[in-house]
Parts: sequence; C-alpha cells; structure tokens
Amino acid sequence: MSIAMEEVSMLARVARFLKANPTVPLTILLLVLVGLLEALRPGIVNDRWVSNTIRFATPLAMLAACQTLTMLTGGIDLSVGVVATITGYVLATQAPLVGVPMATLIALIPALTIGLVNGFGVAICRVHPLIMTLGTGLIATGCLQVYQRAVIATGVQIPDLWVWFGSGRTGSFPNALFLFVPFAALIVLGQRRTGFGRLLYAIGSNERAARLSGVHPWQVYFLLYALSGLIAGLAGFLDLGLIKTASLSLAMPLVLPSVAAAVIGGTSIFGGRGGYGGTMIGALILTILGTLLTLLQMPEGARRMVFGLIILAVTALYARLTDQT
Amino acid sequence: MMVGFISRNAWTLGLAAFLALLLIATKLIQPDFGVSGLDSVARAALPFALATLGMSIVIIAGGIDLSIGSTMAVASVTAAVLMQGRGDVASVGVVIFVLLVGLGIGAINGALIVITRVPDIVVTLATLFVLEGAAILILESPGGAIATWLRDLIVGGVTIPGFPDGLTNWIPKSLVVLLVSAGVIWMPISRSKLGLMLYAIGSDKLAAFRSGVPVSRTKIVSYALAGLFAALGGLAVTMSTGIGEPIPGPYLLASVAAAVLGGVSLTGGKGGLVGPILAVFILRLMRLDLTLLSVDPNATSIIEGTVMVVVVMFGGLIAVRGRKT
Repeated sequence: MSIAMEEVSMLARVARFLKANPTVPLTILLLVLVGLLEALRPGIVNDRWVSNTIRFATPLAMLAACQTLTMLTGGIDLSVGVVATITGYVLATQAPLVGVPMATLIALIPALTIGLVNGFGVAICRVHPLIMTLGTGLIATGCLQVYQRAVIATGVQIPDLWVWFGSGRTGSFPNALFLFVPFAALIVLGQRRTGFGRLLYAIGSNERAARLSGVHPWQVYFLLYALSGLIAGLAGFLDLGLIKTASLSLAMPLVLPSVAAAVIGGTSIFGGRGGYGGTMIGALILTILGTLLTLLQMPEGARRMVFGLIILAVTALYARLTDQT
Repeated sequence: MMVGFISRNAWTLGLAAFLALLLIATKLIQPDFGVSGLDSVARAALPFALATLGMSIVIIAGGIDLSIGSTMAVASVTAAVLMQGRGDVASVGVVIFVLLVGLGIGAINGALIVITRVPDIVVTLATLFVLEGAAILILESPGGAIATWLRDLIVGGVTIPGFPDGLTNWIPKSLVVLLVSAGVIWMPISRSKLGLMLYAIGSDKLAAFRSGVPVSRTKIVSYALAGLFAALGGLAVTMSTGIGEPIPGPYLLASVAAAVLGGVSLTGGKGGLVGPILAVFILRLMRLDLTLLSVDPNATSIIEGTVMVVVVMFGGLIAVRGRKT
C-alpha cells in the first residue's frame, strides 16, 4: 500500500518535473543516442558529423516549427511538405527565367496562398485542421505536377545563396545556423513574449474561455496558418540548398518527422502546452535516430513504424502524466 | 407516410436525383457510355465505397479513422503476397485471414483510443504511420498476385441462371459485391441494439454512458467494423488491379468527403450508409466526366481535390450552424 502511494507520488513528481522542464529529459535522450552511435561506430562523432547532423536537422526543425505553432492551438499542418517542395521547385525553375530575387518572391506566393486557404477552412468553416491541410496538400500536389509539365523545358538553377545556407560551412560551423538561430530566436520570443504567441496558448487550452475574454479565434487561426505556410516555404528554400536538386518530392519525406519532432519535444497535440525549445531538440533526436536506423540497415518501412510508435507512445505518456496531476 | 419518408430522407433522395442527372450528363458527353462504362465506374468506385462505409460508421460513432487508407494497403499487400502461387482453395483462407487482420487492426485502433485516452485523431494518425510502414515491409513495390475467381468476381455483369442475360447483365458485379458486403455486415447491426448504441455514443457520449451503453466497448466495435470494411477495400484494390499496392491511394480524404457529402455529420450521431455510397458514385462519375471532357488528368485531380475540400468545408459550416441553434 505505502509502496504504491510512494510510486504515485514519485510519478506525480516526475510528471511535474517533466511539465516544468521538458527539455531536460530530452537532452539526456539526445546524449544517450549520441553515445549509442559512438559505441556502434567508434569515431563517427566528430566535428564534421556534428555539422552534418545540424545541416540536415535544420529544414526539419523549421517544418516542425509549423507543427509546434499549429499544435499549440490544437491543430496540425500536414501541407507543409508539399508547400516546402513547391517553393523549392518553383525557385529552382523560375531562377533561370526571372532571376533569383524575383523567383524567391514568386515561389512564396503559393506558400502564402495555401496557408491562407488552410486558414480560411480552419477559421471560418471550422474544418478539422488535419483534414483541411491534407486536402489542400493533395490539391497543391496536383498543381505542382501541372506546373512541372509547363516548365519542363526551362533549365534548373539552384541559387548560390541557398546552397551556401543549406550546404555551406564556415570552418566547422554550418551556415544553416546563420538563418536558423535568428529564426528560432524569433519563434521562441514570439510565442512567449508577444500577444499573438500568448493567444495561441490561450486558444489551445480553452477556446471558449478565450472567446469569452474577447479574442476572435478566427483571426488568430487565419494568421497562424498563413504564417505556417510562409515558414514551410522558407524551409523549402533551405532544403533545396541542402539537397541541391529540384525534385517533386523534395520535402515530402519530412512531413512525418516534423510532426514527430514537435510531439517528442513536448508540444501537446491537444493544444495549449509545449514550445519550440523542445521541438528543436526533437528534430535533432530524430535526425540522429535516422542515422542510427540507417547504420542498423533498418528498411524504410520499419523506420515509418518506429516514427508512428514514437508518436503513439509519447502522446499516451503525456496524456497519462497530465491526467494524474 | 409517403411525405414523412421523403422529408426524412430528403438529403439521400437529393443525392440519388443528382446521381441520376450525372448519369444522364455522362451519356450526353459520351453517347457510347453504356454497360461497359457503368461496369468500369462501379469497379473503380468499389474500394472508395468500402473505405467510405468504414469511415462513415466510425464518424457516426463520434470518431474518425485516419488509418483507413493504410489499413487498406496492409490488406491489399497481405492478400497479394499470400495468394501468389497458391490455388483457389487456399485463396479462400487468405480472404478470411485478411478480413480478420482488418478486423483486428480496427479493434486495436479502438482499444488504443480507449486505453490511452488519447484522442481518436492522434491515435489513428500514429497507426497510419505504423501501418504504412508495415505495408511497405510486407511488399516493397507493387506486386504479388490474386486468385482468378476473385478477379472475375468484380469484372462484367451479373448472370443469374434461369434469367435471360439481357435482363441482369447490365448490373455490374462489383456493385453487387458492394451491396452484399454492406448489407451482410451493416443490416443486422443497424437493426440491433448495437446499431442504436453506435449512434448513441456518437451523438452524446455522456448521455449514452448514463443510459447504460458500454461506451468503450461500442467504440472498439465501431473501429473494428471500419477495419473490416478497410480490409474489404484493400481486397477490392488487389482484385481490380491484380497486384498488391503498398502505397495507399487518396482514400482517407475521399472517404471523409464522401461521408460528409452523404449526410454523415462530422460531429457524430447523424447519417446513414446509403447517402455515402451515393456520394462515392457521384464523386467517381464527376471524375469520369472530367476525363471524358478530356481535361488533363493532373488538372482532374486538382478539381476533384477541390470538390472534396469544398464539400468538407460546407460540412463544417453546417456543423457550426447546427451547434449554434
């Protein structure tokens, strides 16, 4: 009896600790994974490996920002993969025609459009974000294929600027961080210190209460999904610079990990809890996990299963922990 | 009596009328459209219709099953792999096995939702990834085989011994397969206490619980039924293509859209299964008409996607209105 009581209070204490500092256990997990990797293949962990890992984690972390922000309101954005792919592809194909600056602007138009349509569906029609973003993603994929047919004759140019950001290194320091650090600072400060950021939490924890306090949730949703589209677009540019080929499936494989990164990072998919700090560590964990699975020669199917099981286990754990406190 | 029937089923009758109009329109666009055209439409619609039936049951019971497409993929590849190089007798066993697998997957979905207390949409999102991975593990690229009697089961028209061919031959066999499987599974349930309980937990969980409905068990049953229909859908995919498809088609969005168009309310507790079946045929015929009008196939998928998203958005708007009054 007393043992059981003690266990409960232990669990409750652990739960409180986890809720207060979700980044601590995550950092431990990250270090464990790095240690495991080093044990499996001694010498793999060096300067070069660290900078490579960061390079590959950056576009993922940016897409996971979309998931984090939308999840704070209880939503999700599954169109980010298509959006990032479209902006990357449009930039690469328009650059030889109209020059890089103009192509960058043109490429952001579809990103913003998809974001606004998502916002309209979620804010005005109250469609579940998952269904809405899945649908716009499907439509956008069709549009991309039609577009590809139209530009098949024009050449492809990967802008130097984005290659520098995506793949370049200054010393052993990946250039991607020059873009990502300010970006992450903006998101972290934005969600904690601005009115918009607090509204996301407010709506996510109790939309009714937020509405009764004079918030118009539809305005927040609209802005949120438009913002999510733009962030995904930016991630597409970076991913283009990293992958260095204009393909129709550029960022598609990142959708699933981006959801997983946010969930692992402690952002609640039910809304109102979490933040971008954990998500960034989540993205790193997933990138390293990917390396580990490749090292173990795990097939693609098994990898997807692992991601799915991680999402399930983590959400179930969080649900249980928050139930008891 | 008659007026009551019409007003109660106004939406379904409207759908039937619209379907008839679409058939006439198809005949006008393509004067050759006849028995074989009808047959191919019914065959193409079969997997969509079965997925929609499963989805509708879950939505009626107040949930949503995002893993429906992946369950179909698992069923499709399992059937194709197991039937390769086996005789007709063994294939009967395979069909039963695949249906049981579908039932089991659905029951696991339901059980996970009940046990973990994580929302339906998150659990089935996770199982979507897991099942997607499983399908790829079972069969990496489209392949495998199917018993000939299963292929013949959905090709061509019905012939009943003793009846003149001309009388029954225009009825596509695939339509009969659809109606029989829907009838055999759903008819007894909808007339029993179980059917009532499914509607009860969908319209008000708490009220259902207080009236003595075993909410958890009924929820698991609803997902098991969805899994069963998904397995039938997966079999239908393999039956119509002759091979197993590890990558699911756009069944998830299509089934939600068809369910909503068919009069099933996304908030649960409302709707039947006749409307969704009609809706599937409406969506399929629209696609056929676009193809007949020689619209670019990619543009067709854009238009189709747009129609589905718009349908879901209208469904959302109606649900919002309903909640307000």
